[in-house]
Amino acid sequence: MNTKVNIAGVTLNNPIVTASGTFGNGWETGQYFNLSELGAICVKAITLKPKEGNPSPRIAEVTAGILNSVGLQNPGVEHFLTYDVPNLKRYDTKIIANISGSSIEENEEIATVLGDSVDLIELNISCPNVKEGGVAFGTDCGMVAEITKKVKAKCKVPLIVKLSPNVTNISEIAKSAENAGADALSLINTLYGMKIDVKSRRPVLARNAGGFSGPAIKPVAVRMVWEVAKAVKVPLIGMGGVMNGEDVAEFMIAGATAVATGTANLVTPDASLTIKNEFLKFMSDNNIDDVNELIGSIRENQL
Amino acid sequence: MKKSHICKILNINNPIEGIYDVIVSFPASAMPGQFIHILCGGDTLLRRPISICDSGDGWLRFVYQVRGKGTKLLSQYKEGDSLDILGPLGVGFNFSKKGDGVPVVVGGGIGIFPLLKLSKALSGKTQSILGFRTKDLIVMKDEFDACSDVCHIATDDGSYGTKGFVTDILEEVVKNNNVTSIYSCGPVPMMKGVKQIAEKYNIYCQLSMEQRMGCGIGACAVCTCRSHGENVKVCQQGPVFDAQDLDL
Repeated sequence: MNTKVNIAGVTLNNPIVTASGTFGNGWETGQYFNLSELGAICVKAITLKPKEGNPSPRIAEVTAGILNSVGLQNPGVEHFLTYDVPNLKRYDTKIIANISGSSIEENEEIATVLGDSVDLIELNISCPNVKEGGVAFGTDCGMVAEITKKVKAKCKVPLIVKLSPNVTNISEIAKSAENAGADALSLINTLYGMKIDVKSRRPVLARNAGGFSGPAIKPVAVRMVWEVAKAVKVPLIGMGGVMNGEDVAEFMIAGATAVATGTANLVTPDASLTIKNEFLKFMSDNNIDDVNELIGSIRENQL
Repeated sequence: MKKSHICKILNINNPIEGIYDVIVSFPASAMPGQFIHILCGGDTLLRRPISICDSGDGWLRFVYQVRGKGTKLLSQYKEGDSLDILGPLGVGFNFSKKGDGVPVVVGGGIGIFPLLKLSKALSGKTQSILGFRTKDLIVMKDEFDACSDVCHIATDDGSYGTKGFVTDILEEVVKNNNVTSIYSCGPVPMMKGVKQIAEKYNIYCQLSMEQRMGCGIGACAVCTCRSHGENVKVCQQGPVFDAQDLDL
């Protein structure tokens, strides 16, 4: 059974990836399972300088999902290079560095500093929880093209652009990123959501609104992967509410080459391993010899 | 490798309305002040963090108040049912710095529960100060009596013990005894008062913080509190912190 997939020339042992921000940088989760089980680890968002993030509460549970507003808290790229990269390199998995600068220049600089220390760089143009950068870059085709082109020019490893679902036409955004040089796309980042405590009439999140993720958003994510897969040629990393092995298959059938687990990691630290094992069982139960035969294998209804 | 535990519910008590006192089988040992992260089932997604009240060889006790959907679901489990529990998690109380004098534990409302195991672990000369809104909400007084030299009770309405705040009692206890450590858990305004008294009298003090949590292990960075002007993770760097490190 072949489980290897290829993202822009980088071979993943299997299609299971952890979504940025849901898995830390592997220090904690690595105490619960061998991280070499994963196809790739996408680390928590990196900025040039340390970033303190948003006030708490930063999380709220909603039906079949969560809202978060962490706000890219992280100790900065130098800390990542000296502290996290050597630890992650101990594992037989690929490292994806999610970069979340607040300006084009900052992202260029982070990409330059990272060099070839990681296997792939994921440009986050879709974080809903920051004032500057984030989703402000990801909702306009011209802006997406500009930032992708400039950051790509600084990348020594393939560039993934992470797309926001909070747009009118995600396929157009995807095409802009692809045309500007993106080697792969990942989607979807969180939807923008809100929860209000009706007794106090206050939003539960300190920052009022935040990123909505979890199984509740999976149908939106699957539909967007399906649309984008038809619009572009570059490989896709699909994500949004993946909770079990069949969810992985669903995203791949819709057109994803790899699939990221997110909110599930917050429920149980070894959720990604469980999901991977369920997916492998799905493959063997359904006589799928090569995982690649799933990618984009949707049998669409003819209208 | 660490993993979550499937734990059988051995005993459930419901001492007063809305408060559940549960003993489960538990294979790991825990420190006072650590917490567990429980899957509540139903249509909840995230685990619920609950402080460890007491534990021993093969068992663990936690006491909680029904506050929302997760704890409501949790209260519907029966003896003999199993729970998926992650833990013990976080950094507990550090009683190596308690000194040679009298340790004092100060709890407010449901904040008293993590202090029981601590009180048992401290010396017999411990003084405990427990605050409740009113007499009908007093729980576990007998148990704190048993492991403390003196157990003081304050109620907001004066229906039992001293009328007023635990901090009023704390200051009296500090003035009249050689207090060398203070440990506290409860509402933030109360702990702020405790911290101020500890600073005023220069006494080592630790506080147990609460925050809405995600993963519970330090990976998702949602449960922060402020320490020296920075955000720190309650689940991983706490929930117990030295009071001098917290910006309350």
